[in-house]
Amino acid sequence: MKKNKTDAIEGMAEIEKIPSGIKGLDEITRGGLPKGRPSLVSGGPGCGKTLFAMEFVVRGITDYGEPGVFVAFEEKIDDLKMNFRSMGFDLDELVRKKKLVLDHITIERSEIEETGEYDLEGLFIRLGALIDEVGAKRVAIDTLEALFSGFANEAILRSELRRLFLWLKDRGVTAVVTGERGDQSITKYGLEEYVADCVITLDHRVTNQIATRRLHIVKYRGSIHGTDEYPFLISEDGISVLPITSMSLTHKASVEHIFTGISRLDMMLGEKGFYRGSSILISGQAGTGKTSIAATFIDAACRRNEKCLFFIFEESESQLLRNMKSIGVNLEPWVKSGLLKFHAVRPTAYSLEMHLSVMLKLIGEFKPGVVAVDPISNLYPIGDDIQVRSMLMRLIDFAKSLQITGLFTSLSNDVDAGAYTVEPTEIHVSSLMDAWLILKNVEGNGERNRAFSIIKVRGMAHSNQLREFILSDKGIQLMDVYKGSEGVLFGSARMAQEGSEIDDRLHKNEEIERKKRELESRRKLMENEIALIRERFAREEDEMKILIGQDISREKATAKTKKEIATQRHVDR
Amino acid sequence: MSTGDTDRTIRRGEIVPTTSNTKRKEKKKENEESAGDAWILRLYVAGQTPNSLTAFENLKKICENYLESKYTIEVIDLLKHPQLAKDHQIIAVPTLIRKLPTPVKKIIGNLSDTEKVLVGLDLRKVT
Repeated sequence: MKKNKTDAIEGMAEIEKIPSGIKGLDEITRGGLPKGRPSLVSGGPGCGKTLFAMEFVVRGITDYGEPGVFVAFEEKIDDLKMNFRSMGFDLDELVRKKKLVLDHITIERSEIEETGEYDLEGLFIRLGALIDEVGAKRVAIDTLEALFSGFANEAILRSELRRLFLWLKDRGVTAVVTGERGDQSITKYGLEEYVADCVITLDHRVTNQIATRRLHIVKYRGSIHGTDEYPFLISEDGISVLPITSMSLTHKASVEHIFTGISRLDMMLGEKGFYRGSSILISGQAGTGKTSIAATFIDAACRRNEKCLFFIFEESESQLLRNMKSIGVNLEPWVKSGLLKFHAVRPTAYSLEMHLSVMLKLIGEFKPGVVAVDPISNLYPIGDDIQVRSMLMRLIDFAKSLQITGLFTSLSNDVDAGAYTVEPTEIHVSSLMDAWLILKNVEGNGERNRAFSIIKVRGMAHSNQLREFILSDKGIQLMDVYKGSEGVLFGSARMAQEGSEIDDRLHKNEEIERKKRELESRRKLMENEIALIRERFAREEDEMKILIGQDISREKATAKTKKEIATQRHVDR
Repeated sequence: MSTGDTDRTIRRGEIVPTTSNTKRKEKKKENEESAGDAWILRLYVAGQTPNSLTAFENLKKICENYLESKYTIEVIDLLKHPQLAKDHQIIAVPTLIRKLPTPVKKIIGNLSDTEKVLVGLDLRKVT
């Protein structure tokens, strides 16, 4: 008893839901559609309402074991069967297994005369019989608004519709009712008035000749749901709704490092390479070696026995393989061993959302360690900045959630810009990226060279030095560059500078030797002079000593003489 | 319409309960053979709602006034034969279908608007 009580309270917080089975929808509605209640799906012609309704019913049968009823007002059963066979739904089989019942209700106004009061009990009986036939838990009605074209008395119709929605609720079936989009309202005849719980709109827009489908949850009573417009796709296996952004940034950050395959670049990154699961942007002008870096990176990953997925928008697989061989990167063995998979397609082949869906699907199936996209700038013709950014955000988030390292190249258009300018379009994308490497053409001295630098690497100390980027048949090399009075030196100017520095050094060595020798000789001169002075001094000393001796003896003689004189004179007496 | 049973057939002014589908078909066949200009009218109802009863009364009146005795009315209660709602494409009740003479005509409502019923059934007052 107590347990039941708590269940009921928990149930009140969020209404009970059943998974729709439509990819991505259950994610943004946090569980699916309200259980045992009708939901309204509205949209213009060709926006995928019928598919939505049918997929809801069919997935219910195949994925959740819930039998279903599909009532079509517009399409004939045979047409439905044929249309959905192409989507891989075998309706005949489900009907045979008594899991699905299809019904086509025809209403032709021209045949019908209205002669007084009536109700739609026939429809209720009919639906009831269908539900009982298979014990249906799910019901789809496509499109209920066809009734409005069949019956003139709108007052009756509206009260009957209200009754229908209540009736569906009473029957406890989870229903999807589709409606035609109106000019002012969500549906042409205001069906949303009767559906209190969940209203979803579908939209089909064409921008720059490329169609984009979008899904929007207008209301979902008693439930938290994503409020954005979500792009969705209709592919060979039904609808996939793509949440533009994951709801949260909760992916785990890896502390593992992976090498880039370019040893000098690894050194510039603190001798460790990038973090696993990083998103790395390589931008640069045409012919600066973006693809080569990507290929080298992939080669290194394959050598580590990691699977790689390479999306290329510019070249065919064989062309890229051939071109990379010319710089000593042979990817062919990896393709053969199944470690590397290419997906080469023109960006304009389909819409951004379709690209994204294909990418996510392939990543999900192949489970690579590294994903490279070459180049993302080619997506711009089929979507504006915000759309491309959204798409990449979704791709990066998805990759990160699986700890997949993402490598994205981007072509810069600004050919005349100097080596340090940054493209405005890249700014939009760069904030999504953990690391940003930049390549530039540098013109000067009648030649063109490539400059390489690291703009940012999140969470890692890295070199701030500009390097010269050299592509040779031995792969990629990064060289020091010289900065002199004439600016940064590249190519032959750098080599010339290197040469002249060597000359300088030799010259300086000679000078030092010469100075040392001079000092030595001076020292010798000085020492000679000192010896001479000493000699002279010694001579003078001797002479002086003799003279001093003569003086003393003379003094003694004089004193003696004086004494003798005194004695003779008898002085002391 | 004093009895509780709405599922019945009125044959040439008389009410005959329809017992089964097959039997009804047999009768229809019989009709076609016996009288080329006979009318077969089917009234679909869902239980004995006021609208069903009104429709039946109105129909009987119109038939008596305009068709004399050359008509058959079959009343089909969808509550008893829910499958027929699907088979005969019935949504609104009451629905009146003119099976014969061809072309098939469909009228909905309780048949209280006699003018419209006459237009719908292509009936002119018998002179």
